[in-house]
Amino acid sequence: MSSPRVTFNNKLLPYLLVAPQLAITLVFFYWPASQAIYQSVLREDPFGLNSRFVGLANFQRLFEEPSYINSFKVTAVFSIATAVLALVVALLLAVMADRIVKGRGFYRTLMIWPYAVAPAIAGMLWLFMFNPTMGTFAYMLRSAGYNWDPLLNGNQAMVLVIAAAAWKQISYNFLFFVAGLQAIPKSLVEAAAIDGAGENRRFWTIQFPLIAPTTFFLLVINTVYAFFDTFGIIHAVTGGGPGKATETLVYKVYNDGFVNLMLGSSAAQSVVLMVIVIALTAIQFRYVERKVHYG
Amino acid sequence: MVQNNQGSRIVAHAVLILGIAVVAFPIYYTFVASTLSLQTILRPPLPLLPGREFFTNYATALFGGVGRIGGVDVGTLLFNTTVVALAVAIGKIVISILSAYAIVFFRFPFRMFFFWTIFLTLMLPIEVRILPTYKVMVDLGLIDTYTGLTLPLMASATATLLFRQFFMTIPGELVEAARVDGAGPMRFFFDILLPLSRTNIAALFVILFIYGWTQYLWPLLVTNSNDMNTIVIGLRKMISFADADTEWHLVMVTCVLAILPPVLVVVLMQRWFVKGLVETEK
Repeated sequence: MSSPRVTFNNKLLPYLLVAPQLAITLVFFYWPASQAIYQSVLREDPFGLNSRFVGLANFQRLFEEPSYINSFKVTAVFSIATAVLALVVALLLAVMADRIVKGRGFYRTLMIWPYAVAPAIAGMLWLFMFNPTMGTFAYMLRSAGYNWDPLLNGNQAMVLVIAAAAWKQISYNFLFFVAGLQAIPKSLVEAAAIDGAGENRRFWTIQFPLIAPTTFFLLVINTVYAFFDTFGIIHAVTGGGPGKATETLVYKVYNDGFVNLMLGSSAAQSVVLMVIVIALTAIQFRYVERKVHYG
Repeated sequence: MVQNNQGSRIVAHAVLILGIAVVAFPIYYTFVASTLSLQTILRPPLPLLPGREFFTNYATALFGGVGRIGGVDVGTLLFNTTVVALAVAIGKIVISILSAYAIVFFRFPFRMFFFWTIFLTLMLPIEVRILPTYKVMVDLGLIDTYTGLTLPLMASATATLLFRQFFMTIPGELVEAARVDGAGPMRFFFDILLPLSRTNIAALFVILFIYGWTQYLWPLLVTNSNDMNTIVIGLRKMISFADADTEWHLVMVTCVLAILPPVLVVVLMQRWFVKGLVETEK
């Protein structure tokens, strides 16, 4: 931004130009966010009649609450599994797409469909295939003698939401990995081939290290996705259940705020989430700077 | 060009076909289910090929069937969702391009303050501040309105950052030349900047259209009346896995209708979409 630019000299116009975005940002971002922080240090009765300042008591109570610690664990398991699964499958497919000559466009066209499917619908599709009463795959699992019931078994419910969440993210990761692989100079791969390195060797010693920045970037993006964008999957498929087996942090903010009406607690949870997002964004930006140096 | 041997290429194709089978199967399966009768759906396993009820199911769903089970007809749901997706996409592009234009091409007090004010919203996804944002909506009387559905989704820093990045690559000589020729800032914006930004706008449009179409949490909160539901929310309300009476064949038709428009947008505008996706996130 410091480079001298040729600019226009209007006094009023620039303010008019930024005004719409600034207005929306203030009303829908800063005002609510400051309210969340303010609420998080108050304790209010569910009817909103009384509230008093309690300092950090909401946070303290929160971290003493077993169900909150549980939702941290659930979120960790869910995010890591979703991100790793979506990344591994996408990388495998992208490497294969990089090896072929013909038909890349065709495969890509079919591969990007899930990107356009809403997370909630992705969840519904997977539940439709795997629900114990009429799902074809549930029927097959049961015929094979496996006791499959994600509506009663917490671990199976978790597997189902992870599968749906990862499925939706494969397209996105695939496109980035393909772009990353294509950006590797062909001469490097050729040189290795001349030295007699086989396909797998070339992948692990040259391509994989060189797309590491892409992989790391995608890891952050996938984690953010698993944290926030998967609310629809959880809400539509399990509703946080059975028990609290799939209650992620975002789901709990919603549930405590809108269903259980625990406003102080919900606000404190929002603030904790904000801290997590800020940390993730900071990591992402550090990485962006690094990538510039790598050129 | 490294010559891969034929064997490895066959393996690569095989893996890709398997991958496509996994990735595309849930969508295909939904389409198949939407062409079967309710009785067939309730007796797993389902056939792998489409059934004969295509026209019956789609006609029933489109003309009153969805209204009967969901309380609102599918046309309204599709209309609402289209309004939300278009408003979010167009609104976001308009406000972001304007603010990016101001930040890059003008010098004025508080410029960097405004930039950071907008930039910081990257760190506040709607999911982390739902309850207070909901309260703002109630206070402003925006529950069950299109404004309430779309306005809070419009402000985010990503589009502004993308335009800012692009504008900074535009050579100063161009501005100089425009000024010498007597063009004012608005003339420059409409006659030079906007045409240059066409590809970026198209790319952003695809991404934001999908973003608007697939919203879930926000529409869930700000709509109470069935008439204001988006199709994703409407679908959620139609489904009950515990309830034996769900008319699954009609639900599946609605599913296909909810998936089809964004898939078409992504596939038909693939070139811009891929470019936009890979570039916005940089």
